[in-house]
Amino acid sequence: MSDVHVQLLDLACGAFLLTGVLILWRSELAKIVTLFALQGVALAALIAVLGAHEGSAELLAVAAGIGALRAGVLPSLLRRALAASGERRETKPIVNVAASLVAAAVLALLAYAVCQPVIRLAPTPATQAAPAAMTVIFLGFFVLATRRRALSQVVGFLLIDNGITAMAFLTAGGLSPVVEIGVSLDVLLAVLVLQVLTTRMRAAFGGTDLDELRELRD
Amino acid sequence: MLLVVLPILLPCLAAALYALAGWRGPVRWLGALSSAGVLACGIALSLQQAPPSAPGLRADALSSFMLIVIGAVATLAMLAGPSYLAAEADARAARRYGVLTQGFIAAMALAVLAANLGVLWAAVEATTIVTAFLVGHRRTRAAVEAAWKYVVVCSAGIALALLGAVLLHFAAARAGVESLELDVLAARAAELDPGVARIAVALLLLGFGTKAGLAPMHAWLPDAHSQAPAPVSALMSGVLLSVAFYAMLRVKVIADPALGPAFTRNLLLVLALLSLLVAALLLIAQRDYKRMLAYSSIEHMGLLALGAAAGGRLALTAVLLHVLGHGLGKSVLFIGSGAVLRATGSSRVAAVRGLLARSPLLGGAFGLALLALLGLPPFSLFASELGIVRAGFQEGIGWAVVVALALMLIIVAAVSRIGGHMILGSPPSAQPPDAETAAGTAEPALAAVAAGAAQPVEAAGGSGDGRAAEASGASKAAPAEPALAAVAATAARSVATGTGAGEGQAAEAALAQAPDDGPGEAAEVGASAEAGGGAEPAGVPAGVAVAMVAGLAACGLLGVTAGPLQSILDNAAQVVAP
Repeated sequence: MSDVHVQLLDLACGAFLLTGVLILWRSELAKIVTLFALQGVALAALIAVLGAHEGSAELLAVAAGIGALRAGVLPSLLRRALAASGERRETKPIVNVAASLVAAAVLALLAYAVCQPVIRLAPTPATQAAPAAMTVIFLGFFVLATRRRALSQVVGFLLIDNGITAMAFLTAGGLSPVVEIGVSLDVLLAVLVLQVLTTRMRAAFGGTDLDELRELRD
Repeated sequence: MLLVVLPILLPCLAAALYALAGWRGPVRWLGALSSAGVLACGIALSLQQAPPSAPGLRADALSSFMLIVIGAVATLAMLAGPSYLAAEADARAARRYGVLTQGFIAAMALAVLAANLGVLWAAVEATTIVTAFLVGHRRTRAAVEAAWKYVVVCSAGIALALLGAVLLHFAAARAGVESLELDVLAARAAELDPGVARIAVALLLLGFGTKAGLAPMHAWLPDAHSQAPAPVSALMSGVLLSVAFYAMLRVKVIADPALGPAFTRNLLLVLALLSLLVAALLLIAQRDYKRMLAYSSIEHMGLLALGAAAGGRLALTAVLLHVLGHGLGKSVLFIGSGAVLRATGSSRVAAVRGLLARSPLLGGAFGLALLALLGLPPFSLFASELGIVRAGFQEGIGWAVVVALALMLIIVAAVSRIGGHMILGSPPSAQPPDAETAAGTAEPALAAVAAGAAQPVEAAGGSGDGRAAEASGASKAAPAEPALAAVAATAARSVATGTGAGEGQAAEAALAQAPDDGPGEAAEVGASAEAGGGAEPAGVPAGVAVAMVAGLAACGLLGVTAGPLQSILDNAAQVVAP
């Protein structure tokens, strides 16, 4: 890889990681959705840089498709859900913002440790950026576990998915097209299902605070 | 080639027909017909010499066997569907049920036929999406909560498997294999880099293990199984868990040559013993019979994982027989539990008593199926559990088998206590058992009061809905289906045997539950209380009765002799343990 490509790739990965961390920092749901859209742009840029380096028109097309889905369609779905709910803030995350950011740093270290075998197998600039993708996956699980609004959990789920997509392209240039389409379709449908369930939750519980979900236990 | 596509195509066609024609008349039985078609395809495929394939699909012995399991269980579940939905007032909800259940079966058929690990993943995730609205079918607070947890936990869990697939793809690409074809990966597994493959395999097993309901990723299972409509619970517990487990077996085939058998064995042993422990602990004090069945599914998935950990031909044959036996027995129980819920209006163990005396068919089939599930002869689960235990000692994991047997002893005691309470004894006459029932419903009532304090507006709206639903449910359900009215009568008769006070209590229970469980449940209770005045003879709807008896008979027959299935089982086990 030429120097320019490497720098562009690192820039895209940096933006990808930074937007993930900032999602932990903000508590206004609208800002979280904006950050998620920006992360989608960074992901598309990352794939485009890889495609430009390999001179692959197919990868460039995939980048455009993924950009449209993750920076366009999914954020607009989330925004619509947000407008319908009238809820503006993540009220009381289980872990507060300062502790969340410390946790993010710890998760990043963990991601570096976990990715060692991956880097060792093929020490290219792309795989050396794999820990960034892994960190975003961990951040997604963290958001899923500690945030109490339905919409925040959906964003957590999508963070995981963004991270996995980035990982797929950084390590082996993506899965086969059929699988990529299947995965994207599944993600889109899962978000639609969650959106409908959010509406039903509001009808049944009068809000989307997940702490209200305690009808079922042993 | 056509045989490979048909198991996916048939349910898709049925789903399209449901979407066009709606859920009415003879079309309601179409689901059972298409499921029987899937079963026939599975049998035909397993009789072929060379495994047939189509683009992206292939059917080796293991896939064909899984198709047989899917077809058999789906046929039973779909037979019970029409009578379960007979009380469904909402035509759109019934149509959606028809479309989604068929889509669910198609997704599972695709999962077992997929030649590519990525497609297998996408199909398993598709089952989550399709079943989300089936779990939330009743739209009550509990159903919405269960559906939310189900989608979030399963999607996040299965995301782990996708990450695993991505890393496996990376390791394969480095070894010069540019695909995720299962057969190619298995053939060249020894060339994979062990460092990356180890992470990938662990993630794949944990991810698919989430969907298979193995502890500690089982949190979604009891909620989803207890809230879904009975035929859907039967499908989820009977086959969906096994389809996810099938994915784990496929991963094991790739992992063993790449990493040596110890890695997957240790991981599977941890999951197996944890699942058995969780099931035992939560079954001891279980008060809800649908949740009891759900925890029993976790137990049986743990047993399957134990068998897979043992590895070897004998163990895998037993595991696959156990998949089929558990699928049949558990679907009989879930279908039965739907009829019991309809008859008694409550899923609490305390509210059900003397099932055998009330309705010999329902009580008898339910009781026999419980015995089958506990692993008593002559049912096939006895043979398969014995096989797993023997294989475990042979393969040198005797200590784990001993721990598992100790935990299963606790489970047997807990389940037989609950089962005895529900099935034996005399049906509740007016005085003492009613007090028990009242105690059972007192808690929801309290919960309702508590909820009311927190959200006065909500609770008021809820109970209002309940009243309306009760009235409409009763008026619509009673004339709709004579057979259903008969089941309802079973319940109501037992209540009404004593005095009018009994009936009053049932109505009271309906109201008490309304804010808690929502309109759906209230309508069911209302319908059963009302119908008591009309039809006299106790009975079970024909579809439910046929499904329960057929499932039990198949499970019993398999226990006596596997017959021609034996060679199919052997061939399928050979795929995993060459």
